[in-house]
Amino acid sequence: MISRSPSSKQWLLTLPSLAWLVVFFVIPAILIVVTAFRPADLHGGVGAGWTMENIEALRDPAWLPIVWRTVALSAATTLVCLALALPMAFHMARVGPRLRQILLLLVVIPFLSNFLIRIFAWKSLLHPEGPLTKLLVSLRLVPEDALLLNNMGAVLLVMIYTQLPFAILPLYAAAEKFDFSLLDAARDLGAGPWRSFSKVFVPGVRRGLISAAVMVFVCSLGQYVIPQMVGGASDEMIGSKIAQRVFADRNLPEASALAAALMLAVLVPMFVVAAWQRFGRKEAAS
Amino acid sequence: MHDFLVIDHVSKSFGSLRAVDDVLLSVSQGEAFSLLGPSGCGKTTLLRMLAGFERPDSGRILLGGQDLTALPPEQRPVNTVFQNYALFPHLNVWENIAFGLRMSRRPREEIRSGVDHMLELVRLSEHARKRPAQLSGGQRQRVAIARALVNRPQVLLLDEPLAALDLKLRQHMLLELNAIHEQVGTTFIYVTHDQGEAMSLSDRIAVMNAGKVEQIDAPEALYESPRSSFVATFIGDANFFTGTAVEMQHEGYVRVMIEGLGSPLVISNGAVSSNQTLRLMVRPEKISLTLKRPPSGERVNAFPGVVEDIAYFGAHTRYRIRAGEHRVMAQLQRSRFSGGVIEPARGAEVWMSFHPDEGRVVMLEGGA
Repeated sequence: MISRSPSSKQWLLTLPSLAWLVVFFVIPAILIVVTAFRPADLHGGVGAGWTMENIEALRDPAWLPIVWRTVALSAATTLVCLALALPMAFHMARVGPRLRQILLLLVVIPFLSNFLIRIFAWKSLLHPEGPLTKLLVSLRLVPEDALLLNNMGAVLLVMIYTQLPFAILPLYAAAEKFDFSLLDAARDLGAGPWRSFSKVFVPGVRRGLISAAVMVFVCSLGQYVIPQMVGGASDEMIGSKIAQRVFADRNLPEASALAAALMLAVLVPMFVVAAWQRFGRKEAAS
Repeated sequence: MHDFLVIDHVSKSFGSLRAVDDVLLSVSQGEAFSLLGPSGCGKTTLLRMLAGFERPDSGRILLGGQDLTALPPEQRPVNTVFQNYALFPHLNVWENIAFGLRMSRRPREEIRSGVDHMLELVRLSEHARKRPAQLSGGQRQRVAIARALVNRPQVLLLDEPLAALDLKLRQHMLLELNAIHEQVGTTFIYVTHDQGEAMSLSDRIAVMNAGKVEQIDAPEALYESPRSSFVATFIGDANFFTGTAVEMQHEGYVRVMIEGLGSPLVISNGAVSSNQTLRLMVRPEKISLTLKRPPSGERVNAFPGVVEDIAYFGAHTRYRIRAGEHRVMAQLQRSRFSGGVIEPARGAEVWMSFHPDEGRVVMLEGGA
């Protein structure tokens, strides 16, 4: 009988990447969790002994608005990115190979320049004296004293800009495998164009949709450069606080406690989604 | 009268290719009709125009007097069984069949009874909760048929319905499709490249070639009296001869002089003038082989030849016979006791003969 599960020798092929993940992800992650239970020393390092102080500090109600803002901004980013990426992926999967190559190139082209430089570019674009503000004012779309920079809107805008390719690429991969004759079948059975899209295409690419949502949401949760550079003083996210603990307060254990909490908050829902997907597949196969 | 579905001078081009070229045909209510032709003959484009996926460049499509030409697919009382079935993989069998009724926002109770009734019709009730991926090819096709028929379409379009099935299943589904058609009485329009399928499924067949309809007729008429050599070769096998009309006869017969063979008498199949160059056709199974010259007479065409090759097919045997420059295919049923019929060996000298009614002019070359 031919088994589809890989043989023991095939497992060896995963060793290099597995080793990489263990050395550079699993071990540091464990170190972060361990450090969360250590006291800080005066020189910005980690002191001796164990303490619950850093964990207790997480229960401070002052965190709530920051957590709420982080989750809300990330959720909004995810929703807008998916809404923009779905029609884009649909279109990319339907156009001819030439145009498809060009569109794919356009999606990945931002990665060719440095992330920080692109954020700086947004900073000058949105600046009160910047070209975008001037253009919008001259078109009378915004009042003359409009501030496009240093507020939550700017943070959301730049987060969407940064994350959009991470939503488009997995969705495109799913859409490319989608059987578009199913849309003909839906139209034939009485569904209009919009209902064909929502009842057949969207469920058809749901795995890509889940990957894109997880990708964008998780990456958004950890952002700290964007709120710091284009946001205002009241637009801090959890990431900003972690960066502040590390670079300004020089308190590694407190930063670790925050980072560990954020990591768990991300990993637990991901495991739930993975388990749900596996359960769903089993159910379909039974 | 065939005026239920009317395809009224419909044309469609893709770039410089005329995929469908001024097609005029009409189908009566409850008929099983086939569009038959080789790939690229325009039959699929015609089907997609009936379903509403393509818009004709010119012409109209009328159904029960209503002009469908400008309607999008979702507004046509027409449903399609797609070639690859196009079942929704994220829905189970029951939900797939319910899709159309849900889209037209029927009451819940009506959806339930409609779907259950269809499941019974296609005998899939016990598979209602399975996903399409868990079904066999034949079961998937029955789901596709049920999913289309549950909407009570006025016309059911079936695009190569048997192409994806293996031989045994195909023969079984042929009978099943005929049974379903009989039971629901809906007008069925098949698109197929397989003449056998078209012959056993349909009341009438339109044979298409290069965007045009060559002939519309009942299966027997297409086989027995093809009007063009394309139809003659596409449906069954045929021997073709080119010759000159030498003698017109009353009642539609013409004697044709064929260089190196003889002068058989055949059906003229339309107006023929003297000395006109003609093409005529004889089916291999219409040719008898005898060792002696058959008794000569007005009603027998007989020519001598030599058996060049023999191919045995079980139920019948095929002979290739050389007569001068000509090669003639003859096909004999394996019946040892039919009087006068022989089973000659390779190299044997034989007489080929056929009745004038079995030969016919199929194309008037250089003429109309």
